[in-house]
Amino acid sequence: MKKNWWKIIAVLFVLYTIIAGFLFKVPAQPILHETIRNLYFHVPMWFSMMTILFVSLWYSIKGLSNSNIESDIVASQAAHTGMLVGALGLITGSLWAKYTWGAWWVADTKLNGAAITMLIYLAYFVLRGSIDEEQKRARIAAVYNIFAYVMLIVFLMILPRLSDSLHPGNGGNPGFNNYDLDSNMRLVFYPAVIGWILLTVWIFTLRVRLEKIKRKILLNE
Amino acid sequence: MLFLQVKYLVAKEVKLEMRNKYALGGILLYVVSTIFVSYLSFKQIINPATWNALFWIILLFASINGVAKSFLNETRGKLLYLYTLVSPQAVILSKIIYNSLLLIVLSALCLFVYSVFIGNIIQDLSLFLVTLLLGSIGFSSLLTMVSAIASKTSNNFTLMAILSFPIMVPLLMVLIKLSRNAIDGLENWDLNYLMVLVFLNIIIIALSYLLFRYLWRD
Repeated sequence: MKKNWWKIIAVLFVLYTIIAGFLFKVPAQPILHETIRNLYFHVPMWFSMMTILFVSLWYSIKGLSNSNIESDIVASQAAHTGMLVGALGLITGSLWAKYTWGAWWVADTKLNGAAITMLIYLAYFVLRGSIDEEQKRARIAAVYNIFAYVMLIVFLMILPRLSDSLHPGNGGNPGFNNYDLDSNMRLVFYPAVIGWILLTVWIFTLRVRLEKIKRKILLNE
Repeated sequence: MLFLQVKYLVAKEVKLEMRNKYALGGILLYVVSTIFVSYLSFKQIINPATWNALFWIILLFASINGVAKSFLNETRGKLLYLYTLVSPQAVILSKIIYNSLLLIVLSALCLFVYSVFIGNIIQDLSLFLVTLLLGSIGFSSLLTMVSAIASKTSNNFTLMAILSFPIMVPLLMVLIKLSRNAIDGLENWDLNYLMVLVFLNIIIIALSYLLFRYLWRD
């Protein structure tokens, strides 16, 4: 129980996010209207994704330095979890775009970035799938993961700042912290971010445990 | 020490390429025939966006074909022999330098043939050439590394495309933006994008330098 306090926090925060996110008062904004509540679900997904992909990168670097198979399992499962929250982020974002910008998908640097992220990690899974030898797979997948992550960071962090985006805070659009995100919304938004990140980490630890057991069964067969 | 090894390895690559010219000729012919096919279907292109996009797509595919062979065609025995003699850093750096030279020749030819057939609408040629030079170096270093990764797998040529396209996008977007500026002939060079391009090249080469030694031992 002592070790699991953060799981309780995750459940409480996400539960609070869902209840408060749908019931609490939000500022009335033109165009956004009630869809502003999506802020509690869409934005934390990307925070969770970047956190878990960083975990994946970390374990890939670790795997290269100690050539341990377990690091590779952890890195790949972190990437899988990242794709899960990434897909959720895309779905919530697509819904939000439909109601505010009028289309499911628009040509926007951040949307392109999200699509490229998915492609890079799908390629990573294909690469892992095409090498049979375990040690070799761990090493080569780790190299690709590090290489891809750095290119991704450039794409997600630098390019959007050089070009316009429809997202708040870019291209002359006011950011949410300017006036939209009043202190009431902060009360829900910050717990939402922490809650979703913790929940993602929890899913990730479960996946890692499952994969380790699967490997153990395979080795004992 | 490293410098000497790199020098010898580059010289070796050039000598091997010159010894059987069909590979080099094949890739140059690939560019020319692709452009000619585009010319037959498009005739002249006046729209800058289309001109630019078609140019980079042709160059992208030609580069992938040109660089892919750098590791995919190496035999196991030859690599093993190489590994006993030189450091991994020398191998990757020499391949990057050699492929950069190859791609510079390739892109120069591509630009020449393309402007002859499709039409030349570039207003700021010097910016376009700088973009092309930096782009060739970036393409070659990225594709050399991906080719090294893909050569370790079983179905390597398909994987080469799958692995390289997504990570090439940041580079490609900066290149397309800069060459568009060159075509439009903007008064000032966009130093932000040029800096990002140089920075990207440095990152790719540094990562290849650091990570290649984990790839080569089997």
